[in-house]
Amino acid sequence: MKVKKKHTREIAGIIILFLFVILLENISGVIPGMPAILQPTSPLFTVLKKAAVYSLVAVSMNLLNGFTGLFSLGQAGFMLLGAYTYAILTVPTDQKAQVYYLFGGCAFDFSLPDLFQGIFGNTGVGSAVSLILATLIALILAGCVAGFFAYLIGIPVLRLKSDYLAIATLGFAEILRAIFQWQKLGPVTNGANMIKGFPTFSSFNITDTTGNTILRLSTFVPFFITTVCIILIVCLINSSYGRAFKSIRDDEIAAEAMGIGLFKHKMLSFVISSFFAGVGGAMFAMYVANAQAKAFTSVMTYEILLIVVIGGIGSVSGSVLATFLYVACSEWWLRFLDSEMYLGSFKVPLLRNGFRMVVFSIVIMVIVLFFSEGIMGDNELNLAGLHRRFQRKHSAAKKERE
Amino acid sequence: MEYVISVLLSGISVGGQYALIAIGYTLVYGILRLINFAHGDVFMVAGLLGIYMTATLPISVSLPLVIIITVFLGFAIERVAYKPLREAPRMSVMISAIGVSYLLQNTATYVTGGQPMTYPVIPFLSDTVNVAGTQTKWVVILTPILVLVLVIALTQLINRTKVGMAMRAVSKDFETSRLMGIKINSVISATFIIGSALAAVGSILFFTNYPAITPMAGSMPGLKAFVAAVFGGIGSIPGAVIGAFIIGICETIIKGLPSSWDVSVFSDAFTFALLIVILVFKPQGLFGEAATDKV
Amino acid sequence: MKKIVAALMAGVMTVSLAACGSAAAPSGDQAAAASGGASGDTIKIGVFEPSTGDSASGGKKEILGMQYANSETPTVEVGGKTYNVELVMADNGSSADKAPSAASELVGKDVSLVLGSYGSGVSMAGGPKFEEAGLAAIGVTCTNPNVTAGNDYYFRICFLDNFQADVLANFAIEKFAAKKAYCLGENGNEYDQGLVAFFKGVFEAAGGEVITDSFPTNNSDFTSYLNKAKSEGADVIFTPVSIAYAKQIMEQAASLGITIPFLGSDTLDDNMVLEATKGTDLQLYVSTFYQEGGSDTFDKGIKEYINGNSDAMTANGGNDTISAVTAMGYDAYYVALEAIKAAGSGDKAAIKGAIPNVKWDGVSGSIAFDSQGDAVRDTAYIKTADTASGTWAFEKVQTGSSK
Repeated sequence: MKVKKKHTREIAGIIILFLFVILLENISGVIPGMPAILQPTSPLFTVLKKAAVYSLVAVSMNLLNGFTGLFSLGQAGFMLLGAYTYAILTVPTDQKAQVYYLFGGCAFDFSLPDLFQGIFGNTGVGSAVSLILATLIALILAGCVAGFFAYLIGIPVLRLKSDYLAIATLGFAEILRAIFQWQKLGPVTNGANMIKGFPTFSSFNITDTTGNTILRLSTFVPFFITTVCIILIVCLINSSYGRAFKSIRDDEIAAEAMGIGLFKHKMLSFVISSFFAGVGGAMFAMYVANAQAKAFTSVMTYEILLIVVIGGIGSVSGSVLATFLYVACSEWWLRFLDSEMYLGSFKVPLLRNGFRMVVFSIVIMVIVLFFSEGIMGDNELNLAGLHRRFQRKHSAAKKERE
Repeated sequence: MEYVISVLLSGISVGGQYALIAIGYTLVYGILRLINFAHGDVFMVAGLLGIYMTATLPISVSLPLVIIITVFLGFAIERVAYKPLREAPRMSVMISAIGVSYLLQNTATYVTGGQPMTYPVIPFLSDTVNVAGTQTKWVVILTPILVLVLVIALTQLINRTKVGMAMRAVSKDFETSRLMGIKINSVISATFIIGSALAAVGSILFFTNYPAITPMAGSMPGLKAFVAAVFGGIGSIPGAVIGAFIIGICETIIKGLPSSWDVSVFSDAFTFALLIVILVFKPQGLFGEAATDKV
Repeated sequence: MKKIVAALMAGVMTVSLAACGSAAAPSGDQAAAASGGASGDTIKIGVFEPSTGDSASGGKKEILGMQYANSETPTVEVGGKTYNVELVMADNGSSADKAPSAASELVGKDVSLVLGSYGSGVSMAGGPKFEEAGLAAIGVTCTNPNVTAGNDYYFRICFLDNFQADVLANFAIEKFAAKKAYCLGENGNEYDQGLVAFFKGVFEAAGGEVITDSFPTNNSDFTSYLNKAKSEGADVIFTPVSIAYAKQIMEQAASLGITIPFLGSDTLDDNMVLEATKGTDLQLYVSTFYQEGGSDTFDKGIKEYINGNSDAMTANGGNDTISAVTAMGYDAYYVALEAIKAAGSGDKAAIKGAIPNVKWDGVSGSIAFDSQGDAVRDTAYIKTADTASGTWAFEKVQTGSSK
């Protein structure tokens, strides 16, 4: 009974979050005269979308680094796999010739949205259904491809010890990037060119027949996908598998002695983490509206790793919080550091292009050195728990009075 | 034939430059069990220092100064970013290293404005010379010789001096050597000082040969040098040097393969593939000692 | 402790959110904000350029042209009223990852139209954001065909990669009677690979032989590639690479004593590359948008501007050699003013509607747009590095193959 009650509260919370996002995104359309920050083009929404995407990747990395204790630096490589799988599968057939213009069209003459539009029609509800189905299937396949490669890579590298594993996975990500950029594979990967023209988050905005947007869902969609994925990850962490992961993290030898198959569980964690990194990569492609191997460098992996550290290694809610803070700071709030500024006639020193990133890396170093627990340590943000704690205190105080 | 010689020449010089960086990696890893991700960026900063120093000072003053400042930088990084985390899990130290690398790269972008900077021409080193019909720079020929001299000096240092003995002891067993009264912190500092000095020398040779420096210029040579260190057996100085030469030569050979094969783009990927193969089949590298895990 | 930190973080978050909220909404005049642009007496033009990252050098020079044009003509007269023109900068960091947020930063600042960027990748990454916001963008030197294809809101005033490659291939055949060309580009860079592919198409169609090679990103040793080109007996070496690599290639070619002529694309038209060839025996020919001497008034004006402003001097690489991209940035600014005049307001939709019909005689030639939004151009300038004096010398005006 109690368990059920707790879940209803969480579900209600998530639904409220979703409704809030939809409201936030559409309020400027409903009520005119909203401040610029709520206009659909404001940086607020760019940040929200990017943070939603990154938080999934950060949580997937945390599953591996924080919960299983495997220090992998291959996240960008798995995102690349996901992004390309999604992009190749969903570029509409009639756009392929233009996108693959250097290679005279794509070797894959197949496109999921076209396939479903053939079944459900390409107008009204039919097109919506086919868009949703195509995206969904492409996202899942993106995850599967990343997971499959993780399995192949995992066979040799998961036997390695901590820092060797890190450098080996980093190496794999670099190898993958070189392969995807290879001109000889151009008919599939489009070589150095980016793949574009596939459905993005903005495709989910509902428009009327004249093309005016009725309901914006472009921020809601990444929130929705990320939330679903994170719930799945949390369920996994709370299951017996999750407990096995944590025991491997805390003490490999003891875990093995307790009968936990080390390799099997490590592999499971690695594949699942990569699956979600793949989904995150596909969402990243939707966010930037293109897929290009150049973007998925080791710098990206480091960025995500730093997010995980800021949030607290071993805390899902910490990773999510940290992602929103990190993305908002780097893409929005700290941008003023990059342009010269005058306070009256006084020119603020040091402000120049690139200063934002310097300040940013100093902040990160401070967190790493002095707050190595991150924002959340390995605790979770838990409204119910806070409530309970408050009640306990209250009743304790009551008891004292009696 | 001329072509083969020219490819080998560049391979040897690239290998020599990797070797100087790889020694820094292998020393630090041997003692701290830490992949010092910032080492490649220290190398890049040394290059930038070279540019800014020679702009105002004569070369005879500026080059030694570059080495001194780089040494100080390496020392400071260890004291600020790694020492406080000595008792922390290994993952935290590595994250700190990544953080330092990020900081150095971003600072370099800020200072240079993200533009490629030109390394000054150093008399004699930058002059050209003819070897068996191929024209090249003196630095290409001098690099392997200099590397050899430095390695011999270093092995003497490690095998003959007290500091060297302490370094060997610490790398064998951190805790015990501390109990034996070895000042761990000064040994670690000494390691970072030697590593940074070699990186500074490496940067002078490397950037004289390839004179454009971008903020990312250190990351790739750094990673490759690390692979070289692993290949040779981490902790072993001759191993790191031989590993670096093998990787440098292999890399230039791959780049030099006929264009119709179109494999030259995989010269970096090859390095990493090699790393994975070694890690899986011979994790102790060519000359490393098999690690025994104590429970 | 943990909780205090968490609470602090949350506090910082809310405060800065509030601060940004108020900063992002400077005027209460929402009608103007919604239509974009002209609040009060100012019309804002967004500058979407890299000032950090690989392409920073080019981006800064392009901005320089716009700033000079802005200082020359800081106002525009629309419907009898004089508006100040303000340039609003956003750094796209030369990376497709940072470009969307830089683009939305411009959109959020209510600019009337956007100029830029140097580099096609960032333009393609930022393009959808402009399209979504109904904001027109005029590409200055983004030469990849896919920048304007499939995006109604992107225009450009430069020629395309296929044209440029065509010009260079023809030049190689006419000038050097080249039979064998060695092409070198960066792996995974769409600019390099696109040019190499087009060059190969044209050169092979003319009966020549092409060897292509790619180097990995952040590569610094080019001697193997250059020696290969030499040993293969190439007649020309085509290197459409970004500035940092071009500089490396030139310096290493000089030390190897390579005498095979180099052909370069518009990126190589840069002071840094020129400097690398000074005092060597290299032969370097580049195709570009503008040649110094094309317009005396512009040359004189911009040189004065650069010499009179230390920031501009630094942005230009420490001397006053005029890069073609600077001239292009200058022209782009005037095209933008023409579009604003034709639209009759700072309204972004009206400007977008007006751009296709804009015609402008710029310093880099006359500019008009075709149905795709690309500039109609049929000539490119070829110039060569004068290695003795370290300047560019005009070679010829080259047209493409007759179609």
